[in-house]
Amino acid sequence: MKWALVAIIAICNTLGDVMNTAGMKRQGEIGDLRPRSFGVMIKKIFRNPFVLGGFAAMAVSFFALLSLLSITTVSFAVPATAISYLLETLLAKYVLKEDVRWRRWAAATLVACGVVLLSF
Amino acid sequence: MPAILPQPVAANRRSSHARKTQILVLIVIITNVLGNVSLSHGMKQVGPIISASPLDYLHALENPWTLLGISVLIIWMLTDLALLSRADLSFVLPVTASAYVLVAVSGHFLLHDRISWIRWIGIVLITAGVVLAEETPDRTTQAQPERIS
Repeated sequence: MKWALVAIIAICNTLGDVMNTAGMKRQGEIGDLRPRSFGVMIKKIFRNPFVLGGFAAMAVSFFALLSLLSITTVSFAVPATAISYLLETLLAKYVLKEDVRWRRWAAATLVACGVVLLSF
Repeated sequence: MPAILPQPVAANRRSSHARKTQILVLIVIITNVLGNVSLSHGMKQVGPIISASPLDYLHALENPWTLLGISVLIIWMLTDLALLSRADLSFVLPVTASAYVLVAVSGHFLLHDRISWIRWIGIVLITAGVVLAEETPDRTTQAQPERIS
């Protein structure tokens, strides 16, 4: 059961992050960090199908995380999503067309390995 | 065609952009840690829930720690979206992974979770990944100006 929940969290996390990034890049950059800018951003999010889709995926991931947290420790529950680091970096390169070079691959791999070790 | 700015002005804009992005990274990390630790503490008090119905999870909101955790995670989510509007996903992911290190360390001190030597190696690897990602530019795709409608 623990690992089924981990798979649901990883897949939905990946889809959620990629859709949110695609949506936010289309929506435009937040220029300053004033509360008004965040208010405008929140209003626009509700008309942004990419971010709404990302929210749906993250909601599924969140409920799976709640279940997982109720049966295991936080040090296992949160790092168990390591695989999504590599999946997301792959999709960032090929779907979001980001310039992913060796430093970012190495960073994602180190983080994913570190996250796996944290679950022991 | 974009106007060509004098070099010091362009450099100032880049450093101001990078500073705001770093502030967002910091808020994302802190709210992630506080939200997850508080939520975990609350869910331990609530007890096991395995259900397909979201209604069963609503009872968990009666616990103040769970409610606080969810509130802080909403702030985390909005800040993360603001960050993703400014920076690459492949940059944001490893850089904000320092939250895992802080979750493990604060779980150790606040919730008395044990950190074995294997976990310490994990913490070192994540920190190395964060440092490596920090050396890359925060954005490699074309920036779109904010659209005010």
